[in-house]
Amino acid sequence: MLEMRAITAGYARNAPVFRNVSLSLEPGEALGLLGPSGCGKSTLARVAALLHHPDAGSLTVDGAPVRRWRHRAPREQRTAFGVVFQQARLSADPRLALTDLIAEPLRATGRREDVTGRVAELAATVGLTADLLSRRPHEVSDGQLQRACLARALVLRPRWLVCDEMTAMLDASTTAALVRVVEDYRASTGAGLLAVGHDRVLLDRWCDRTVEWGTLTSG
Amino acid sequence: MTERAPVLSVRGLSVRFLMPGGRRVAAVTDAHFDVAAGECLALIGESGCGKSVLASALLGLLPGNARTAGAALLGDLDLLTADERTFARTVRGRLVGLVPQSPAAHLTPVRTIRSQLEETVAELTDVRGRVALRQAAEAAAERAAFPVDHLDHHPHELSGGLAQRAATALALVGDAPLLLADEPTTGLDRDLVDRTVDELRRHVDNVTGGRSRALLMITHDLAAAERIADRIAVMYAGRIVELADATDFFGTPGPRHPYSRGLLDALPDRAFTPIPGLPPELGALPDGCAFAARCDRATDACDALPPLTAVPPSPDAVLPPPAGAPAATVACHHPHAALTEAADRA
Ligand code: SF4
Repeated sequence: MLEMRAITAGYARNAPVFRNVSLSLEPGEALGLLGPSGCGKSTLARVAALLHHPDAGSLTVDGAPVRRWRHRAPREQRTAFGVVFQQARLSADPRLALTDLIAEPLRATGRREDVTGRVAELAATVGLTADLLSRRPHEVSDGQLQRACLARALVLRPRWLVCDEMTAMLDASTTAALVRVVEDYRASTGAGLLAVGHDRVLLDRWCDRTVEWGTLTSG
Repeated sequence: MTERAPVLSVRGLSVRFLMPGGRRVAAVTDAHFDVAAGECLALIGESGCGKSVLASALLGLLPGNARTAGAALLGDLDLLTADERTFARTVRGRLVGLVPQSPAAHLTPVRTIRSQLEETVAELTDVRGRVALRQAAEAAAERAAFPVDHLDHHPHELSGGLAQRAATALALVGDAPLLLADEPTTGLDRDLVDRTVDELRRHVDNVTGGRSRALLMITHDLAAAERIADRIAVMYAGRIVELADATDFFGTPGPRHPYSRGLLDALPDRAFTPIPGLPPELGALPDGCAFAARCDRATDACDALPPLTAVPPSPDAVLPPPAGAPAATVACHHPHAALTEAADRA
C-alpha cells in the first residue's frame, strides 16, 4: 500500500502549496489524480515518490514508514518508485544518449552487468529503434524522448509508478502507446500506479479510480 | 452561397533543411491549402510531422539552413519570398497575429501586461497619447476577455489561462486578417482548452466587432481541433495526407486516410489503440507512401507515392457538395470508403 496521511508541503516556509492532504492506494491499484495545473497535485506526487520532503504528515510505503526523502532515503525505498514527468526535456540529462539515459539507474545502483540486456529489452517494450538509442535528447522528438524516460522509470522494476502528466505534451497515438506500456508492465508485475493529470477522459479510461484534487483539500 | 476569397493561399509549399554532410531533411513537402475569413482550418499531426516548420515558414522564422519552394500568398504578398524587413514592418502583428504555444515564454517577463499591450498598440496602430493608449490597451484586453484589473500584473503572476488571454490580446491588437495559433492549448486543463478555443472561435466569427478573421490552428490536440475547426488538414511525415470537412472527419463518414483513422482510434474516448511503430525520419523518407510501414492496408501499390486526390462524394449524400466548397482530398492508394452507419455496423 501507499499511504499519505495529512501531508502538508510546499517550497517556502510558512507558505505551503497545500495542507493536510490524505490519499491511499491499494497494492496494485491504478489511481488517477485529477486537477488543474498549479494546484499542487504534482507536489503531492513528488512527496509520494520520495522526491520532495513534506513539511508535515506521514507516508508509508508497503508497510514501511518513510523517514527520509530524496538522496537520503534508503535505496530500497527509493528504487521502489519509477517516475515519469511531463517535461521530458527538463528531466533528461541532455548529455546522455538515450541508451545511457535508460541505463543510468542500473549504473547508479551497481548493476552494470544488467545494462545491455535490460536496455535492449526495454527499448523494444517502449518502441525505440536501435538508431534512436545512440542519439541525445535534442536529436529526438518529444514523443521519442518520453518513451526513453518511461523505459528509464521501469528499468529497476519498481513496485510503484508515478506518472505526472506523462502524456500532456504528446499526440494521441503516442499517449495510447505509452499508457499501454505502463499497463502491460503493471499486468505482469502487479505494480501500483499514481497517474496525475488534468484530462478526465484519459484518467477515467486509464485508471481503476479517479480522484479530484479539490475533494482532497476541502477538509 | 457566397464565394469567399481565401485570406491565405498555400501552394506547393516545401521546406528542406540542409544539414552538415550534405544531408537534406524534407520537413514539409508540397503543401496546398486555403484559409478564408470566418473559417478555421486545424492542421493536426504528431510532433515532428512538420506542422511547426510550416508555421515558422509563414512567420518568416525559419533558420538559415532552410530552403523553401512554392508560395504562401496573403493577398499579393508571398510570405516565402518576403524579407525580414517586410515581416517586421508589415506581416507580424499586422497581417498575421500569432497566438503562441507558451504565452509565458512569449510575454516579456519584467514588464506588466499593460505596458506590453500599450507598446504593441503604439507600434501597430495610429493611436497616440498616454490616455488614448491606455484606453486602447484596455479595449484590447477586453476583446480577449483579459480582466482589466489584472493589467498591472507581470506575466509570472498570471495563471496559465490568463497568460494565454494576454498573448491573444497582443495577437489581436493589429487586427490582422489571419490568426496563426501554434499549439495554443498545450498543457492547459481541459476546461481551459475549451475556453481558449471558444474564445479563438469568437475572433474568427466576428462576434467581437470588426471583421471576421481566418484562423490557422496548428495542434496535436484532436479534441480542441474538433471543437473549433471547420476543416481539418492532417499532416504526416511532412505531407498533408488528408483535407476534410471537420464534421465529416470526426463524425460519419470519418477520416479516409488510414493514418487519420489511427489518430482518432488512439483517443481515450474511442478505441485508445496506438498506431504501431514510429513515424519515419524526415531525413530518410521512403520513395512511396511514408505511412506504409505502419499501415494495415498497405499493398505493393504503396511503393509509389500516393497523390492527393479528390474524395468521391459519398454515395448516400443527400445533397451534392455546394459549388465552390473546398473538396475533400486524400493521399492514399486504398482510402477508407464513405461507409454508411448501417454498413459500419454490418
Ligand atoms: S497509400 Fe497504402 S500504405 Fe499509404 S496509407 Fe494508403 S494504404 Fe496505407
